[in-house]
Amino acid sequence: MNATKAKPQGSLLSYISGFLLSLLLTAAAYIAVTQHTFSGAALITIIIVLAILQVLVQLFFFLHLGSETRPRWKLIVLLFMLMILGLLVFGSLWIMQNLNYSMMSPEQMNVYMINQNSAGF
Amino acid sequence: MNNETALTQHAAKTNDKTMFGFWVYIMTDCILFATLFATYAVLRNNVADGPSGREIFNMPYTLVETLLLLTSSFTCGLMILAARAGKLRQVGLWLAVTFALGLSFVTMEVTEFTHLVAEGHSWQTSAFLSSFFTLVSTHGLHITIGLLWILVMGAFLLRRGLNEHSLRRLEMFSIFWHFLDVVWVFIFTIVFLMGVA
Repeated sequence: MNATKAKPQGSLLSYISGFLLSLLLTAAAYIAVTQHTFSGAALITIIIVLAILQVLVQLFFFLHLGSETRPRWKLIVLLFMLMILGLLVFGSLWIMQNLNYSMMSPEQMNVYMINQNSAGF
Repeated sequence: MNNETALTQHAAKTNDKTMFGFWVYIMTDCILFATLFATYAVLRNNVADGPSGREIFNMPYTLVETLLLLTSSFTCGLMILAARAGKLRQVGLWLAVTFALGLSFVTMEVTEFTHLVAEGHSWQTSAFLSSFFTLVSTHGLHITIGLLWILVMGAFLLRRGLNEHSLRRLEMFSIFWHFLDVVWVFIFTIVFLMGVA
C-alpha cells in the first residue's frame, strides 16, 4: 500500500486546469487564424508558440511529468526523443530546401533572384 | 520488513518498469510521427494540379474534431482518478464516455476522408495529399486501436474487476490516449491551421 500512497500522480484539480488551459489555447490559435488579425510569419510564430504551450500543459497536467521522482528517466527519454525529432524535421526541411535551390531551372533561378533582390538581399 | 511489504514493493518496482517501458514505446511512436510530419512539411507545397490545403480544409469541422479529442483526453484522466480510488462503476462510465468521444472523432475523420475522395481529392492526386492522408490517417489508426483497447479493457474489468493488473493497464491506456491528443495538437496546428493561415 505504501508504494501506491507514496506517489499521488495528478488530482482532479490538475486534470480540470489542464483541460481548461488546453481549451483556451486551442480557441486562441483558432481565432488567431480565422480572424486574420495577424498574417505571414507573425501568425505562424503565434500558432506554433500556442501549440508548444498546449503540449507543455498536457505533459504536466495530464501526463504528470513534473511529479516524476529522481532519477528522471522519463524526462531523459523525452529529451532524447525531442533531439531526434528536431534532427529529423529540421534536417529534412534544410536538405530539401537546398535540393530545390540546386535543381532550379535558369528561368526559376531568375524569378528567385528577383524575389531575393526585392526582399533586400 | 515483513514478507508482505517486500512483495508489494517488488510488485511496485515491476510496475514502474512496465510503465517506463511503455513510456519508451510512446517516445518511439513520437519519432514515427516526426518522420511523417517531416514528409508533410517537405511536400506540403507540392500540390501538382490538385487543390491546396486552403481549398479543401473545413476549419469549423476540424475544430469540432479537436474538441472531441481534447474532451476525451480529459474524461480519460477522470477515468484513471476513479480507477486509483477503486470506484469500478465510475471507471466504467468514464471509459464509455471516452469511447463514445473517440468513436465520434474517428467517424468524423472517416466522413471527411470519404468526402474528399468523392470530390476527387484522393491520396493519388498530389504529393501534398499523399503526405496529408498518411499523416492524419496514421493518427486515426492509433485512435482506432485505442478504441479496441477500451473494449478489451471493458471486458477485462467486467470479468476480473479492479486489481493491480487492470489498474496498470488502465494507466498505460491513459498515457497512450493523452499522447494521441498531444500528436493531434500538432496535426491541428501544422496541417490545418498553418494550411489556411
